[in-house]
Amino acid sequence: MKQYAAGEKHLVKFVLNGRPQQGWCEPRMLLSDFLRHELGATGTHVGCEHGVCGACTVRINDEPARACLTFAVQMEGARVDTVEGLHDEMGGLTELQRAFRRHHALQCGFCTPGILMSCTAFLQRTPHPDEKQVREMLSGHLCRCTGYGGIVKAILEVAAGRGEAPHA
Amino acid sequence: MSAGRIGQPLERLEDAALLRGAGRYADDLACSPGTLHAAFLRSPHPHARLLAVDAREALALPGVHAVVTGEDAVRWTSPFVVGVKQPMEHWCLAVDRVRYVGEPVALVVACDRYVAEDALERIRVSYETLPHVVTIEGAIAAEAPLLHEKVGSNVIAERSFRYGEPEAAFAAAAHQVSIDISYPRNSCTPIECGVVMAEYAADDGSYDVLSNFMGPFSLHAVMALALGVPGARLRHRSPRDSGGSFGVKQSLFPYIVAICLAARKAGAPVKWAEDRLEHLAAATSATARCTTLKAAVADNGRIDALDYDQIDECGAYLRAPEPATLYRMHGALTGAYAIPNLSVRNRSVLTNKTPTGLVRGFGGPQVYFALERLMQRIAIELDIDLFEVYRRNFVQSFPYRAAAGALYDSGDYAAAMTLACERGGWSELKARQERARAEGRLYGIGCAAVVEPSISNMGYITTALTAEERARAGPKNGAIATATVNVDPLGAVSVIVASTPAGQGHITVLAQVVAETLGLAPDDIVVNVELDTQKDAWSVAAGNYSSRFAGAVAGAAHLAAKRIRNRIAGCAAQQLGAPAGDMVFADGKIFAQGDPQRTLSFRRVAGVFHWAPAQLPAGETPALRETAFWSAESLAAPDDADHINSSAAYGFVFDLCAVEIERDTGRVRVDRYVSAHDAGRLLNPLLADGQVRGGFAQGLGAALYEEFAYSSDGAFLSGTLVDYLVPTACETPDPVILHMESPSPFTPLGAKGIGEGNNMSTPAAIANAVADALDVRDVRLPLTPQRVLDLIGESEPDAPVGTRQPQPESGANVLAASGSVTIAAAPQTVFAALTDVQSLARIIPGCSQLQRVGADRYRAEVVLGVGPVKARYTAEIALSALQPPHSLCLEGRGESMLGAAHGKGTVRLEAVGEGTRLSYEYHTEITGKIAAVGSRMLEGAARGVIAGIFDRLAALLQAPAPRRVSWWRRWTGRAGEGS
Amino acid sequence: MDRPGGGGVVKPPAFDYVRVDSADEAVELLARYGEDARVLAGGQSLVPMLNMRLAQPRVLIDITRCAGLASISCEGALNVGAAVTQATLEQRRTLQTESPLLACALPYISHFQVRSRGTVCGSIAHAEPSAELPLVLAALNGRVTLRSLKGRRELGADAFLIGMLTTARRADEIVEAVQFPLLAHGERQGFTEFSLRHGDFAVVALAASVTSARIRLAVGGVDDRPRVVEWPMLTGSALDDGLNELAWTLDARDDPHASARQRRQLVRRLGRKLIGGLCT
Repeated sequence: MKQYAAGEKHLVKFVLNGRPQQGWCEPRMLLSDFLRHELGATGTHVGCEHGVCGACTVRINDEPARACLTFAVQMEGARVDTVEGLHDEMGGLTELQRAFRRHHALQCGFCTPGILMSCTAFLQRTPHPDEKQVREMLSGHLCRCTGYGGIVKAILEVAAGRGEAPHA
Repeated sequence: MSAGRIGQPLERLEDAALLRGAGRYADDLACSPGTLHAAFLRSPHPHARLLAVDAREALALPGVHAVVTGEDAVRWTSPFVVGVKQPMEHWCLAVDRVRYVGEPVALVVACDRYVAEDALERIRVSYETLPHVVTIEGAIAAEAPLLHEKVGSNVIAERSFRYGEPEAAFAAAAHQVSIDISYPRNSCTPIECGVVMAEYAADDGSYDVLSNFMGPFSLHAVMALALGVPGARLRHRSPRDSGGSFGVKQSLFPYIVAICLAARKAGAPVKWAEDRLEHLAAATSATARCTTLKAAVADNGRIDALDYDQIDECGAYLRAPEPATLYRMHGALTGAYAIPNLSVRNRSVLTNKTPTGLVRGFGGPQVYFALERLMQRIAIELDIDLFEVYRRNFVQSFPYRAAAGALYDSGDYAAAMTLACERGGWSELKARQERARAEGRLYGIGCAAVVEPSISNMGYITTALTAEERARAGPKNGAIATATVNVDPLGAVSVIVASTPAGQGHITVLAQVVAETLGLAPDDIVVNVELDTQKDAWSVAAGNYSSRFAGAVAGAAHLAAKRIRNRIAGCAAQQLGAPAGDMVFADGKIFAQGDPQRTLSFRRVAGVFHWAPAQLPAGETPALRETAFWSAESLAAPDDADHINSSAAYGFVFDLCAVEIERDTGRVRVDRYVSAHDAGRLLNPLLADGQVRGGFAQGLGAALYEEFAYSSDGAFLSGTLVDYLVPTACETPDPVILHMESPSPFTPLGAKGIGEGNNMSTPAAIANAVADALDVRDVRLPLTPQRVLDLIGESEPDAPVGTRQPQPESGANVLAASGSVTIAAAPQTVFAALTDVQSLARIIPGCSQLQRVGADRYRAEVVLGVGPVKARYTAEIALSALQPPHSLCLEGRGESMLGAAHGKGTVRLEAVGEGTRLSYEYHTEITGKIAAVGSRMLEGAARGVIAGIFDRLAALLQAPAPRRVSWWRRWTGRAGEGS
Repeated sequence: MDRPGGGGVVKPPAFDYVRVDSADEAVELLARYGEDARVLAGGQSLVPMLNMRLAQPRVLIDITRCAGLASISCEGALNVGAAVTQATLEQRRTLQTESPLLACALPYISHFQVRSRGTVCGSIAHAEPSAELPLVLAALNGRVTLRSLKGRRELGADAFLIGMLTTARRADEIVEAVQFPLLAHGERQGFTEFSLRHGDFAVVALAASVTSARIRLAVGGVDDRPRVVEWPMLTGSALDDGLNELAWTLDARDDPHASARQRRQLVRRLGRKLIGGLCT
């Protein structure tokens, strides 16, 4: 049993995008706030703080998760991956990111990091999705700019082109 | 070589950063050390007198630095200026009264947002509730409660207009076709909410603000006037990235003033990040409208006159730029049609709802929902093919001056319609419809033809004033766009614009435009889209709205780049010994036409302006920086007869929509959507398609899903993203997008706006398709399954004998509860228990500290809720109409952090054998946060709480256990299944 | 009157957070804190309520790392521990044969990104009237294992789910596991749901189990809890009459998205389709 008292700051350590990170927070601090404002990882965005819009989606131990529905203290010892960790071996854009650009799958880009994190988890689990599966996965994200068409095309193209999971 | 030039589908330069999580959105930027964080306390009431705000307990909380209230607003600010001459006062924080649920009452400034929210729970506010009004009909009724007594009416603005001879046209018309519509409240809800950071400099009384407000626009002046500072002492900076605006971030301006005030009071920088709940409840909404639209129509379907009677519902305050929703389309009210005669009556009314404002399509969806529904009605009522009706009425030649003053610049509307039909598969859809109908399925096809205005004339809003009022205020017109092109000493080119993009790809398109003019590659151009009102060139129209980018802003950049090019060409011409007019700029080189062998590098020639100004041709000035201000010459102020060219450019959209409706569920499925656009010259077709797709998705949302719902009690019911329904990828089909290009003669590059057309056309096209499928006349948006089922209108099978009888349809928003319990005690005993302070305390759920405060009046602390959702209410309980031992009226009223609750009902007692049958009927009103975020369960929760009271009474008055009459048990018992 | 409601509130109130390693530790804490404590598993329902401050527990007991609660076993029934996520159950290879109804219903729950964290037991303990898992549990006549310091007790779904967001769980108890009966020989199961958007709360959800002798139908989204009826085999107009009677018997709610009348209509029409499909 590990107890974290209210109103006090506690040290939390976890692996963020492959690197050990640590910071101090109260038990009530949301992971989204901790990532952004304590660790400076502002690529994870906050759009609703009630788990619906999907902008804050990250991967916790590989599984997609809403950072706004997770407390930072829960992450002790976990692996957390965010959009900042998405890149190819040379530090360039991954295939998925390039496909997003090619298909104009983002406009304001605010929902994009969360969608990318969902996609990487989804394509690992479902390497050969059909359009319906892609759309159902995407329904956990709200995008107000694109009408989703470019996003769907980008994901299907990546899935068709390689048949294996993109870089996570 | 042409890759990436104007007209090419260049991939976006913005994306590399955004895809890596390296965006620079307002909330990502560093704050000054010591920045404090704000949270707003908001009204749970639609209308109440604000008696007192007691912040002592909040201020005592460690970490809390200040609490700002209406008193501070009165001390340090002025009310916002109003667009019409009315004595309405709108402050950045409520003063004396609250007028809508969610209105800011106070704000806490604390060390962090968590503590600020803790402090909100410790502020005590005294309200005295007032009668409220939430509908247009209610607001204009003679006995309506007044929102602003000084205004004297809820109709805060009214004007009538006539153009041509509408009365004569109607008198002479063979047919009169009319339609009544109401357009709902909705919004494009950007995924990023508002962010404001403000600092106050006590030394010179200036404010320094960074926010994702999409201005500065004319609203910078409104803010500066409210703060009582010259414009230059209100520095506003916008970040590079904005997570969507769609006009909606206009609603930040009152909050910018409030946060400035907070920074001043706290003596420290203050940051506020709007949360989703407050965004939905209290930021803004598209203006709801009721319209009666009539047409005078000849036998052949030609429309000779239109008559509009429009009433806009603007919420609790006429917030700038309202009443503009009524006027953005004013010059173009005759739509795509050559209609010479027009009469208009415009009214703006106030209600106890969130103030309305800019939402993508601004003013267009409301007009076209009426006009394009009317076109379908004309075709039906005159039994003429719809396309014939369109063809006979379309404007034919351009430029065309519409009846109310719009100057349509270019187009070929019939050709666009043909394009949509031929390439969109009209005949195939028609065949599908016939097949579907033969099989008894519900399939409909609808169209919409929309003139899409872009680059608003700043003078259009003054059409809301009379000619005399305008004369006194001075003329207003124009749409000034600003761009600066700079070439540095090493020949690198940078661009600055006074526009604040929110995803439209300004950086990419500006790079394309400037690169083409200067013979460079888009990658060579650095575009900085941050905007600083103290340092950058801008003017009154600066900002991102009214689809001004492609036509105006990119045009201004083109003009600035041309000036740079001409100056460099002069210098190069001197070196090459050829006329300046012969200079060719290509691939980073400059050469004389016909002599491509002898080249100069762009860098080198540009360098002369910095390194060796003495070598420049005579009359040339040092350094290379050009700022172009552009405004369309066609934009004049309204004339004395109220003609107004409300926009500089007018594109065209023709949409075709086929829907199938599930008869069982009422769900509308879009089978195909075709959208043909003529937006003049396309600067980047990839991005143009993106704008169409996005606008379509939002139009689809408005047509089928989205509405800000209020109960008749004035409670806001759409406070979360599971209550306000934004379409997801599963609900959003891909439209077929078609283009034609009729360049505008009035914009520098021939471009027009393209981003708002589908917000205007799609709701109307889908509504027309549904009306066609169901053969109905009156359709209301959004076309939810519930509404569609009502339109299908199949009757419900009767309730079998012995089951619950249908209760009068309570309507989704009225919380009524009724029921009965059988109690093992005589009516006298039951009545005594209900009127006794001891037993009352025991039967009211979670009741503590019940005190008698008067005859049959009590005050109590009550914990109410369902499951884990509980709140402590400070409640007043009153008994009245006592008829011992037959009946009484029991009323409770309380407020908690979750909102305000009021329940009133009648309890009747009837002797049944040894016991009593107690029956009750209740009406409850629940407003504030719990209604906004829990509307889905409100009715069930209210029923549960009320039933709980009487169950407890029964239990109190002893065994046997209460026997609540349960239709369920009786029936399932009979069916042999316990539950 | 004082104390206003509403405001910019999206950050949870302060609470003590305790990460327990076993159910033993969890029930010890529940015995100590009772109503003031809430169990945190997936948090997909609880945390939004905390963020909005609709609920303000003093202590959160995080059970996600209790290895003993993280397993699924299949002995006569499918026994799902309190820390098992919906995604884990959804991905169970044998689920389709063990419980086709669960396999059918799970994808309807919210979204991929929520099922990956949300737990099976958490959804049932939350007792949201429109949620899929309480409905499936009720349809299958499944059971809930509650545990406190005093020991364990088991309740049938009908005894456990007693109202809107309200269960028979006592404040000192944890929902330790739930049991879904396995598909019986000759039994057919089906699920259907109508929601406004993909992943939304059901306006109406129906779960059915049919054998040659009887129809068992559970209705969610209409009343304040799942309601179950069992009929002898009905077809044709007798089935229509049964569904109509059922529709009228439910205490159908109005809300801004669907009327009581629409809910009754959906019970009749979706019920007809679902049962019709299972009886052919």
